[in-house]
Amino acid sequence: MQSQSYDAIVVGSGISGGWAAKELTEKGLRVLMLERGKNIEHIRDYVNTTKGPWEYPHRGGRTRAMEAAYPVLKRDYPLNEKNLDWWASDRESPYTEVKRFDWYRGYHVGGRSLMWGRQSYRHSDFDFEANAKEGIAIDWPLRYADISPWYDYVEKHAGISGSQEGMPQLPDGQFLPAMPLNCGEEVVAGKLKNLFDGKRRIIPGRTANITQPLPGRGACQYRNACWLGCPFGAYFSTQSSTLPAAMATGRLTLRPFAIVTEVIYDRNKKRATGVRVLDAVSNQTTEYTAKVIFLCASTLNSTWLLLRSATDIWPGGLGSSSGVLGQNLMDHHFRVGASGTLEGMEDKYYYGRRPTGFYIPRYRNLFGEKRDYLRGFGYQGGGSRSGWSRAVAELGVGGAFKDMAAQPGPWSIGATAFGEMLPNPANRVSLDKTKKDKWGLPVLAIDCATGENEKAMRKDMMNDMAETLEAAGIKNVRTYDAGYWPGMGIHEMGTARMGRDPKTSVLNGHNQVWDAPNVFVTDGSCMVSASCVNPSLTYMALTARAADFAVNELKRQNL
Amino acid sequence: MASTMDRREAIKTVSMLLGGAFATSSGLLGAVERAHARSKNLKQVGAFTAQDIALLDEVADTILPETKTPGAKAAHTGAFMALMVTDTYSDRDAATFRDGLKQLSGFMQLAPAQRTARLEQLDREAKTYMDARAPGGGTASHFFRLMKELTLLGYFTSEIGVTQAQRYRETPGRFDPCEPYTPGESAWAGHA
Repeated sequence: MQSQSYDAIVVGSGISGGWAAKELTEKGLRVLMLERGKNIEHIRDYVNTTKGPWEYPHRGGRTRAMEAAYPVLKRDYPLNEKNLDWWASDRESPYTEVKRFDWYRGYHVGGRSLMWGRQSYRHSDFDFEANAKEGIAIDWPLRYADISPWYDYVEKHAGISGSQEGMPQLPDGQFLPAMPLNCGEEVVAGKLKNLFDGKRRIIPGRTANITQPLPGRGACQYRNACWLGCPFGAYFSTQSSTLPAAMATGRLTLRPFAIVTEVIYDRNKKRATGVRVLDAVSNQTTEYTAKVIFLCASTLNSTWLLLRSATDIWPGGLGSSSGVLGQNLMDHHFRVGASGTLEGMEDKYYYGRRPTGFYIPRYRNLFGEKRDYLRGFGYQGGGSRSGWSRAVAELGVGGAFKDMAAQPGPWSIGATAFGEMLPNPANRVSLDKTKKDKWGLPVLAIDCATGENEKAMRKDMMNDMAETLEAAGIKNVRTYDAGYWPGMGIHEMGTARMGRDPKTSVLNGHNQVWDAPNVFVTDGSCMVSASCVNPSLTYMALTARAADFAVNELKRQNL
Repeated sequence: MASTMDRREAIKTVSMLLGGAFATSSGLLGAVERAHARSKNLKQVGAFTAQDIALLDEVADTILPETKTPGAKAAHTGAFMALMVTDTYSDRDAATFRDGLKQLSGFMQLAPAQRTARLEQLDREAKTYMDARAPGGGTASHFFRLMKELTLLGYFTSEIGVTQAQRYRETPGRFDPCEPYTPGESAWAGHA
């Protein structure tokens, strides 16, 4: 019979949960990691990883039956035939959209660490200071100096490839060698050095794909099939990186199919004592106790759990005494940019499928510049030679047409902007008690929209890229704004923010719930502002930092 | 379910089109026999009969015929097209596609040069129509654009299209950001 009592419980097994489990077990704690979905074994369960395109009946596309079964997932690229099994069922896990919100979830061991985009960037003090300087929301309770050593720490284990650039808005880190720009991208990067005062720089995308082996993991083989799971363990995931480390301690128990329905709170001790778990398959309820609890269930799921917990004391849930639990939901707005044709490189090509592209770090509203909006955006893009699909719209029938289509076409280059979304208390989640999911839990209601700041920023996000490409000699430049609804960035952040004051924040500067200091929330829900860079690396650093703090506090008997 | 009747009809039609002397030549009869034997192996896909799929194979193979590499028919592009229309198309696009198929009812009886000419004409029509069409698709697509798109998709994502018409390394093993390219070399195919 398995013990029901642990030193620590980690709720969720994705990027944050994996790090919490690794750090807490390595520091000597016996840890129970709870995952609401099924297990996915590293490598063994990557069933499609070496399939060729022809081995999928619809060649990886989507059918009408899939669209009917996944009314949310179908709204953007995640609905596909190749890794459908790794996306949560919209039917089983409904939520209420007060306004359209695209919530793309991974309910299984590893969570979205298996399917993530892997772009990994540090926040800078431009990000940590922005709220305070501009009088937006509340100040971050920490600065770059507080988190910088933890970025160092997680980068070394996770394995981030990237280049040292010396840019204050995008701090350098402990990088493995970068995946280089290809020669088409190099041409444009070279021209940009002498344009726009050198402020719009193309650098290799910093990505959690390893370019040199790490213990137990092979270097990237340039398949660019990451989201099928990597048989070499070459990209960071719970399975490739943090779970094996936690398992190696012999102190981790992993329990799949465990839906945490509430955090159990003791009003006399003013501490959480454990969690109540509903078995997703058998519907049986179990209680587990622990000295410390880490909520790492993903932004909206951790907050959803808080909203359901300790409601006998706080009707709004654990952490609601602040009045801000559920508020200030953020994402990154994107799907806007430009692309065009690069001429004169027809005798150049590349070999291997690089699982990253280039990055143009934020340059707006920095170093004294002021636009008609706050904050900024970065660009993620790439240059490549077009393939057969260009031939669809070209005239031609017959052998010569076929042989043309089989050859690489012109070089194209372009980039999409990822913009910071301001925190706004009106963007919030709450419980919808009128609707229950298949396990009887009241579903989450999401009410979130972009505002005037994002709208104004999008103009620059589109026009700047056209201007940049044209200045660099790119032809046939076309802009696009494919439309954005919150959630599409799959960078949900906020709703249980950190802060310096329990009246305006759910968590303190060490990710502790003010009202329950042995409960830590270290996933994206803790974010106070969004920055414009991809957030996962920051969750890793914050989680490792909070775990270190928690273990020290346990030793001091403060929890 | 191809019957003997179809076979006789097919031979008769070819005979009428090309004249008795040609039709009795063993070469042509052999070709028709082979085509027929193949269509016997085709299975119905959704509402597409084996004959429909045989026709789609011929359309696809006219767009992407055998050159140094096998053509679209060898890659079973007809069956793929039928599957995609059945499983993935909107009702409107499916209706457009099926109407288009009807317009091609005499296609099987055309000689190769006539087939190419017919599709070139449709290709020009489709391009003119699609170029003038409002982006975002307020109006229906031209059926030939749909057929051409599915032909290219079906062929270039088939095993033949990926590994023979293009170059493919499942595990490239390294990344070279700049390698020389000589015209005529085929493209590197993407992974799934």
